[in-house]
Amino acid sequence: MIIKGGIVYDPANGIFGEEMDICIENGRIVEDAGGEVIDASGLLVMPGGVDAHSHIAGPKMNTGRIMRPDDSRIGTEPRTRVCRPSTGYTVPNCYAIGYRYARLGYTTAFEAATPIIEARHTHEELEEIPIIDKGALTLFGSNWTVMECVRDNDLGKLAAYVAWGLRAARGYGIKIVNPGGGEAWGFGSNVKGVHDPVPHFDVTPAQIIRALAEVNERLRLPHSIHLHFNNLGRPGNYTTAIETLELLKDIKPSRMRQVVHVAHMQFSAYGGTGWKDFESKASAIADYFNQTNHATMDLGQIIFGPATTMTADAPLEYANARIGHQKWSNHDIELEESSGVVPWVYMRKMPVNAVQWAIGLELALLTNDPWKVVMTTDHPNGGPFVNYPEIIALLMSREKREEEMKTLHEVVRSRSTLPSIERELDWSEIVIMTRAAPARILGLEDKGHLGTGADADVSIYNIKPDEIDPSKDHAKVKVGMSRAKYTIKGGAVVVRDGEIVAAPQGRTYWVDAAVPESDMDRMLLDLKEKFERYYSIRMSNYMVQDAYISNPFVVRAGVQPLREVI
Amino acid sequence: MILQIEDVLCTFCGCLCDDIRVEVDGGRIEKVRGACRLGSSKIMGHNRIKSPMIRVNGSLKETSYDEAYRKAAEILVSAKHPLLYGWASTTCEALKKGILLAEEIGGVVDTTTSVCHGPSIIGIEEKGLVGTTLGQIKNRADLIVFWGCNPSEAHPRHTLRYSSNACGRFTPDGRKGRKVLVIDVRETRTARNADRFLRIQPGTDYEIISALRMIVGGKAESLPEDIAGVSRKELIEIAEMMKGAKFGAIFFGLGLTQSRGRYKNVDNALSLVSELNSHTKFVIMAMRGHYNVTGANQVLTWSSGYPMAVDYARGAPYYNPGETSCCDLLSRRDVDAALIIASDPASNLPRGCVEALAEMPVIQIDPFENPTTLFADVVIPSAIAGIEAEGTAYRMDGLSLRLRKLVDAEYPSDVEILQAILDNVRRLRDDN
Amino acid sequence: MISGRTLAQGAGCEDKMSPLYINEVSCCYLSEEDYRALGISDGKNLLLTSPHGSAVLRAGVDKGLPQGMVFIPMGPWANMLIGTDTNGCGMPGFKGVEVEVTPTDEKVLDIRELISRGR
Repeated sequence: MIIKGGIVYDPANGIFGEEMDICIENGRIVEDAGGEVIDASGLLVMPGGVDAHSHIAGPKMNTGRIMRPDDSRIGTEPRTRVCRPSTGYTVPNCYAIGYRYARLGYTTAFEAATPIIEARHTHEELEEIPIIDKGALTLFGSNWTVMECVRDNDLGKLAAYVAWGLRAARGYGIKIVNPGGGEAWGFGSNVKGVHDPVPHFDVTPAQIIRALAEVNERLRLPHSIHLHFNNLGRPGNYTTAIETLELLKDIKPSRMRQVVHVAHMQFSAYGGTGWKDFESKASAIADYFNQTNHATMDLGQIIFGPATTMTADAPLEYANARIGHQKWSNHDIELEESSGVVPWVYMRKMPVNAVQWAIGLELALLTNDPWKVVMTTDHPNGGPFVNYPEIIALLMSREKREEEMKTLHEVVRSRSTLPSIERELDWSEIVIMTRAAPARILGLEDKGHLGTGADADVSIYNIKPDEIDPSKDHAKVKVGMSRAKYTIKGGAVVVRDGEIVAAPQGRTYWVDAAVPESDMDRMLLDLKEKFERYYSIRMSNYMVQDAYISNPFVVRAGVQPLREVI
Repeated sequence: MILQIEDVLCTFCGCLCDDIRVEVDGGRIEKVRGACRLGSSKIMGHNRIKSPMIRVNGSLKETSYDEAYRKAAEILVSAKHPLLYGWASTTCEALKKGILLAEEIGGVVDTTTSVCHGPSIIGIEEKGLVGTTLGQIKNRADLIVFWGCNPSEAHPRHTLRYSSNACGRFTPDGRKGRKVLVIDVRETRTARNADRFLRIQPGTDYEIISALRMIVGGKAESLPEDIAGVSRKELIEIAEMMKGAKFGAIFFGLGLTQSRGRYKNVDNALSLVSELNSHTKFVIMAMRGHYNVTGANQVLTWSSGYPMAVDYARGAPYYNPGETSCCDLLSRRDVDAALIIASDPASNLPRGCVEALAEMPVIQIDPFENPTTLFADVVIPSAIAGIEAEGTAYRMDGLSLRLRKLVDAEYPSDVEILQAILDNVRRLRDDN
Repeated sequence: MISGRTLAQGAGCEDKMSPLYINEVSCCYLSEEDYRALGISDGKNLLLTSPHGSAVLRAGVDKGLPQGMVFIPMGPWANMLIGTDTNGCGMPGFKGVEVEVTPTDEKVLDIRELISRGR
């Protein structure tokens, strides 16, 4: 296949809007190819989109769907010759997730939080999501075994457990959510900061985070630790954010990437002492990111209208339910985590929501290096991912931001710096934030770029970059980015003129990390006892079986060779 | 050769115990260890349907699988609005096929949920569910409340494995370190083993829960002396018991969902638990009956957005319990054929619904004969999931587990049967 | 009248044509007082009649039951007495149905007779 005459953006390979042809063979980008010709003359061409943080599968998604038949009724589309039926807006069914990502030109999405013991369910849903490649991050932040290894300062054993846990969950990386808080929530309490000890375990969140970060690098995992801060969602929490990032400054990355990825930064960039004097601290956060090089972030941009909040931060969901007078689902997960789901609505005239909206945009615009930023809505916490084109338009047009701000509560002008920000992102920066950066941050070497050998995941939009000015024509940008002219996934055309024309099964990425046998043996001895005494299922029934991943892509990692350690 | 198989899952009730030991000799299960009476009677097995059958002139005649598949497909293709019902005692994989079949023929998928915890799900739609996995309760709970449920008879190993008698990290003394409260209209076996039994009048659960909510909310003085036959003093004591727990758990059963108030009872109980969390840690869980009824809800939810009673007649899923639920469809004569899998509506639905079912063409897929067989028109015997076929099932708390195949089957699995029917349906469609 | 699960009903419920199951679900239970008051200790059966139907069942005593309540293990006999109205929520009223209880000389139907009576 040859994609002819497109204006190609491939910033990872130093291509910033050049007219060139893209050749595809056997699912990969190649130097030369024959076959089908796709006429992309003058059109915007880029790698397929990569979502590095999205909640798309597993128990909490289904909990959201069951709680919200109202939401399932939105977005109903009947089955077609190619497609199964779609339902839902904030909590779409599995099929809708695949089709909608593909229509946006996205070809990869990672589920951001899976408890090991419930990973089988996550994979059952991932298998049902058509088209896109996917993976799932594994929760470790309130896990008994993790906390005991940290308490005993036994990083060898911790590395063995993490490697085993990733294999058991068929997981891709270490996710940490409100570390320690999930355990404290087991008796209805929480941890209040990084140095607040976890009840009964004699460790602090700071120790958990640092140990997992060190182990992450010892195991040379493709992704860094992926961190949801303590105190997330609370006024004044930007100090917790910076305090936490400071803990990790001296850790050496084992690969060419960050040592910590911050999940949905927007929810942790808050100033004020309460909701009354709530204000944006995005500029302080962006300053920190501009002065350091060990951290990356995804935005967690909010979108006005309905959302469904779902997180392993169970105490936060309890607070959300009380503040919003909303229905509340909680789900504790034995020995490992807790979690919650609460429906939500972000309102333009609500002062806090208006400021939250500004914070996401400020973070993207005030952070100088786009490689440190991934565009997300923390779907569906900040709003559904189908709104990405709206965010792209906002980031590319100051005029659009001004128009929007006129419809919001006036505090958006006094409690954020957004009105004064002139920066408008260009196509290269958008491609970095939606493709190149998330792929590099996740450690997906064959994604997010169009170099020879890369996965042939390409999106082509009905936008002529040489003819439109995104600053003025932001409406056209939004429409164009909403329905890809073509989405090509693994070399196959899956979307043509915004319609799904094929729905192949994507791959599931997981990481198999090797550790010294002696560490694994020590660890398993302890773990067996946990199963005998505390878990409610048997160890032999715990691990996700191969049957649940029909199309796996296994990334090998492991403890550094000895000479490198010395 | 005798084969010992460890950590087998029991495919009887929603406890989905996964610590059963089975002895297989010469391809037959000879011994079952560690299971309750319910589970061992299922695993040990009994009379099977021997061959596919088709009703001819009023009586069932043996036939081939191919003929049975063809006949089943004919029934489904010629129906205007078929019902695909059951699914609680088979694998998630079978239901996935069933949903695809329903999409293609414009049918309704409903599960036995509608007549067990369907109202619980409606309650959850109203209020959300403050829940947990069972291990959390085993490790932490110091108060267990059984409300309108009787695990001693319906979930015999529940108390030992997960709840009142289980030992865990913060509950090393098991039953001795816990209080057990039973609230029911009759003094069940479970009630006889409780620390406290509160007997209530039938149909008054809603009033009792409302009173407890008022007491927990600090409005006890507004209550009358007597609430539906229970003294205010007694309810205050019970509310104090709940607030005083470090970790409380309510398990509720069909006593709430099938009596007066139905989903409103559950809605109210969910609210009570939500509000108790202002005082202490409290969770609630439905005691699900069939081993994979939870899985049926899960699969249907991720496929359609809805957990039960999904009508595909419009091409897109449509859900309205009370309209698209099996009992309502049958009593309104709104379906004209039925595929019944892994369940027995003839025994479990009200007489009027069974009458309606008996009037229409019925396809039955099941390892065992049951009263539904008495009027089924096509009977297709299947392998027993979890014994003769692999697959996935979800425990009552939502944990998914993999069922194993222990012995070879002489019968096709539910997945294979449904695929064959689907293939026949597609062929018939193409011919037309 | 309330219906519900019992151990024997459950143990038989995957083998529903077995005498174990049939015997269990064609029996109703009363409090000791009610049982005595009805004078059926000589092995008489009970005819239960609800607004939705009727059925003949064997009778037994359950000491856990209060007066004025009949318990029937869930199954085809209990369902003869239950209406189809779900109050718009999909769930018929399996528990809390008012029934009239009278001793009878009629025999308990065979499962085949019972189901064909439903046809």
